[in-house]
Amino acid sequence: MKKREFWARLKRNHLAMSGLALVLGMFAVALLASWLAPYDPNVFDLKQVLMPPSPAHLLGTDTLGRDVLSRIIFGSRVSLLVGFVAVGIATLIGVLVGSLAGYYGGVVDQVLMRLVDLMLCFPTIFLILAVIAVLGPSIWNIMVIIGLTSWMGVARLVRAEFLSLREREFVAAARALGASDLRLICRHLLPNALTPVMVYATLGVAGAILTESALSFLGLGVQPPTPSWGNILTAGKDNIEIAWWLSVFPGLAILFTVMSYNLLGEGIREAIDPRLNQ
Amino acid sequence: MLVYLLKRLLFMVPMLLGITLISFLVIHLAPGTPVEMQTTMNPKASLEAQKRLRELYGLDKPLHVQYGDWLTRLSQLDFGRSFSPDRRPVWDKIRERIGITLGLNFLSLLIVLGVAIPLGVLASVHPHSWFDKGTTLLVFLGFAMPTFWLALLLIMFFGVYLDWLPISGLTSLNFARFTFWQKVQDLAAHVTLPVLVAAFGGLAGMSRYMRGNMLEVIRQDYITTARAKGLPERTVVFKHALRNALMPVITLLGLSVPGLIGGSVIFETIFAIPGMGQLFWSAVMARDYPLVMGELVIGAVLTLLGNLLADVGYALADPRIRAG
Repeated sequence: MKKREFWARLKRNHLAMSGLALVLGMFAVALLASWLAPYDPNVFDLKQVLMPPSPAHLLGTDTLGRDVLSRIIFGSRVSLLVGFVAVGIATLIGVLVGSLAGYYGGVVDQVLMRLVDLMLCFPTIFLILAVIAVLGPSIWNIMVIIGLTSWMGVARLVRAEFLSLREREFVAAARALGASDLRLICRHLLPNALTPVMVYATLGVAGAILTESALSFLGLGVQPPTPSWGNILTAGKDNIEIAWWLSVFPGLAILFTVMSYNLLGEGIREAIDPRLNQ
Repeated sequence: MLVYLLKRLLFMVPMLLGITLISFLVIHLAPGTPVEMQTTMNPKASLEAQKRLRELYGLDKPLHVQYGDWLTRLSQLDFGRSFSPDRRPVWDKIRERIGITLGLNFLSLLIVLGVAIPLGVLASVHPHSWFDKGTTLLVFLGFAMPTFWLALLLIMFFGVYLDWLPISGLTSLNFARFTFWQKVQDLAAHVTLPVLVAAFGGLAGMSRYMRGNMLEVIRQDYITTARAKGLPERTVVFKHALRNALMPVITLLGLSVPGLIGGSVIFETIFAIPGMGQLFWSAVMARDYPLVMGELVIGAVLTLLGNLLADVGYALADPRIRAG
């Protein structure tokens, strides 16, 4: 499909475009966090503990008197980092497994797809928690673990694409010209299978951000004092009867971020295949 | 049907083996043996706990022997003893909590079906109407809403602000002295928020799926035939279309089992409900390895059983599957 056509379709989709704008906005916030944040996110101010939103602290302060707005702004870095690294890992594994299974078929396909079935048997959170119990919680472990437990969808997708692509004439032609397996996979099959993977990855970022925030909320993800939306909400839960702002604002940040990736992902999906829009 | 059931049951055996293998590999994931790791990372692991872990896995033996030994124990439901001070067998701990988790998930599943199916059907009957657009918006919200945040908001509104519903535990302190009806009321009040939270995650997906199914079915020839016969639209929609659109839902139910069980970690922890999820969370916090492994295996087996139920249900609903 032509790139220009794709962009034209995507631009007509207002929801997807607002999703894209929000995603880019989040990038800007994460990159410029040091300039945008009105306070240092980690500096205590014990005279200003649990202050409700005010002109000085727009979103209030937490139990140690830290500025919630600044912590949310810096928390966006964690979300972005985890989202992208985890999805990168998942996509890499998924593409590898899916390509091998789809290209070689037979026993390779059988073994790899049974592995996918097996991985899907585990409630993902259970698997993630078990690995955290062994490796310990940290932002790096979280990214790797989320990646390692969310590649199965991509693998299935790539395999399905390969199964239909490998019978096409252009693949047969390339093979007749003596192209090696590696060349066939990387130059001819993969580029044609990547568009659906792109959709999946965009939605995957949303999923990874949700998972990270849930883990951090449970105290099993990003560890304080590093601010993450999830661990700010932990403080929100502990002070739910007195400090509503600690619970409301970080949650809104998660909601809007996840929603914008979802809208963008759905938009890309529809721009690739307009029939879905019917 | 019996042959089909047997086939499905046989298929479960290699899956079960695979599940235990992956679980076994998880505990051996860390560099060094789990025992060494505990001495450095877990102050709670006493010398005696280390000895027990060594016994459980036979860590001095080669890996495949370790796996074999562990598997033999698992087949007798021997998951070892918990590291917590009470040192009770892992299986006992899980057994007394599994019912609570399954019960709550069952209730939330009923809500998901009861709400999502009518929503999906109504949205599909008038596609692109304001109702359809409204539910689409709700669906996007539902997909993006972190369930634990929803739980916090509900606690804040119904528990703290309005003070209508209790926000933690399964029963009140003086539960034992209640009459039967008071007990039922008390349980219902405690269960309302957790079940709503658990159901919310499934609502968006299910209603979206239902809408898609209905739109698909309504295009079929037999619907046109039914309309051409002059049947009232209500009969066409609810009898001819809905029944056929419902069948794939059985499969989706099976697929949603791991999500539901996984979600129980979150809502049980927040609402302090003594179920499997909360047990798992505290096991991870305390690095109680035997308990973590027991939960992991049981969680996967429950998923497998859920899938089996869904497949059998589908076969009962659709004769073509049984024959195939």
